[in-house]
Amino acid sequence: MRSLILRTVAPLIVGLMVLFSIFVLLRGHNEPGGGFIGGLIAVAALSIYGIAFGVETVRRAIVFHPLAIAGAGLLLSTLSGLLSMVFHVPFMTGLWVYPVILGEEVPLSSVMTFDIGVYLVVVGAVTSVALSLEERGED
Amino acid sequence: MAVSSPSADLSAALVLQPVTALDWLVILPVAWCIGIGAILMMVRHRTGLQPLIAIAALCVLAGIDATLLWHVSQNGPVTMVMGRWLPPFGIAFTVDLTGALFALMAAVVALAGAIAAVTDINDSGRRYGFYPLLMLLMAGVSGAFLTGDIFNLYVWFEVLLISSFGLLVLGSEREQIDGAVKYGFLNLVATTLFLIATGYLYGIFGTLNMADIVVKARELRDAAPLTTLMALLAFAFAMKAAAFPVNFWLPASYHTPRIVVSALFAGLLTKVGIYALIRVSVMLFPVERQELSFVIALAGVLTMITGALGALAQTDTRRLLGYLVISGIGSMLAGIAVGGPGGIGGAVFYALHSMVVMTALYLAAGLAARLGGGFSLSSLAGLYTRHALFSALSLMLFFAVSGLPPFSGFWPKVMLVKSALDTGAWWLAAALLLTGFLTTIATARLFLLAYWRPAGAGAPSGEVALPATLLVPLIALTAVSILIGLFPETLLGLVQKAALTLNEPSRYLNSVFPAGSAP
Repeated sequence: MRSLILRTVAPLIVGLMVLFSIFVLLRGHNEPGGGFIGGLIAVAALSIYGIAFGVETVRRAIVFHPLAIAGAGLLLSTLSGLLSMVFHVPFMTGLWVYPVILGEEVPLSSVMTFDIGVYLVVVGAVTSVALSLEERGED
Repeated sequence: MAVSSPSADLSAALVLQPVTALDWLVILPVAWCIGIGAILMMVRHRTGLQPLIAIAALCVLAGIDATLLWHVSQNGPVTMVMGRWLPPFGIAFTVDLTGALFALMAAVVALAGAIAAVTDINDSGRRYGFYPLLMLLMAGVSGAFLTGDIFNLYVWFEVLLISSFGLLVLGSEREQIDGAVKYGFLNLVATTLFLIATGYLYGIFGTLNMADIVVKARELRDAAPLTTLMALLAFAFAMKAAAFPVNFWLPASYHTPRIVVSALFAGLLTKVGIYALIRVSVMLFPVERQELSFVIALAGVLTMITGALGALAQTDTRRLLGYLVISGIGSMLAGIAVGGPGGIGGAVFYALHSMVVMTALYLAAGLAARLGGGFSLSSLAGLYTRHALFSALSLMLFFAVSGLPPFSGFWPKVMLVKSALDTGAWWLAAALLLTGFLTTIATARLFLLAYWRPAGAGAPSGEVALPATLLVPLIALTAVSILIGLFPETLLGLVQKAALTLNEPSRYLNSVFPAGSAP
């Protein structure tokens, strides 16, 4: 879209939205949010970027093919479940570690890596659809 | 921050005993398929690499399923609950002999399909994602066979449905889109019905765990409308399994995709519907199955007769085979209607046989098209002179699907006819035999026209070499059929044991709720 206003504002909005999507993803463990909704927000950001600068720019910006991103997310989620095999507990059992980083205890878990996987699956799959639709719209 | 306090009694909520490596076999087929599918998605453009990964992965899957079957046949049903929560709150994967047998046969069929696809699916089909979709389809199929939770069963139905959409439109031709729309719409209706019935079931029982439902159904039988529920579920699964009169999606769609895709669908998809019907009607609601047995038997008879008659009338080999798939579904329904170890065992046996033989027949139709230049019976001729081995394999498969000895179709038919006669349902036995007769005529007509009829002048003739990747899976599947036909004792024993576990699921219940932990 050849709109100067959109092209000027887009980088700012897109950056903010991606940041917000990651915030929503991490917030999701104990409060409303999570991988699915976070992923959708990220897709919205990428779509705006695509509307402003064209689909090719988005494809370059995300480096990997959207479906490859979805595949990586699916793999990450599966591995998060399979991690329990090492600890002799059933599939998908939540496993926690509490490392202290800069004097602050940071709880990390396989639940979180699973949710990051979901985030990537949603980003990849829906971006793939959105970009194809935008490409059709351009020609 | 919710940190578990050490004072709470965790044994009331969590599985505390360590999980052994053998228990992991329950979930591994599904996790493995999803993981490999994800990796294949990431290397989507490496079209040379994809078949290698997929074939190796499916070999491993078959190995896992075989070990699982061995484990289950030795130690009885095995359960693993997701996320450590005790059933019925955690989602349980429970595998008994029926599930393990189906899962193993599905893996074998998928492996054959993956090998045949090396030649049949070109580079653009691979970039389109044939192999990732195949692995995700197998995740859905394995999940459906192995789960012990009825909502989870619905989820796996969805997974395999979505993957099958992708496989169906591989290539995006007009005809394929047309087939996919019919297939997709009618299957979505069936899935929605299943979902509605599941909601109804949850409203009645307040649980989705199959073992828990078995226990609760015994208490609620007088108070709750279980027959209605069973009828709703049976209708949804019958639609999935392509039973008469809700089978129109199958002939409308199975001839449109690539032949390997048709072969995989014929081997896997309708059998998942039959499996779900067996699981629900025999294990969950045996009394209601008894009440509905006449309706199921009637649907079975109509399905097998219309299927066989449809096969007689077709001129396209793929459509003809589609009707044979339907006809086989009718025989399985007859087994479910009769019940007992003979009927249910016969239905399970027939389903396993049908998975192998229908896949092989579709692959054979693909090879015939390669030799004779099409799928139409009017143009196919003289295949016998073009490739003798292939013709011999086809003939054996025709015998197998018609239920003639010494091939795999013979034994389940014997079991079904015998158990039908034992219960006094002579008309059911007569219909089974008539169907066998009609199927023999239909396949004989196919053999006569496509293989024996001399090719007309100007038609290509002479011996032709076929690619090994297409011939090997066909030979392997035919060999499986012959082996089952010649040495049926092991499988007969297994399916009868499987039917007994379904009829009297105390060991299944014990596996989900070990002694002392009442639901």
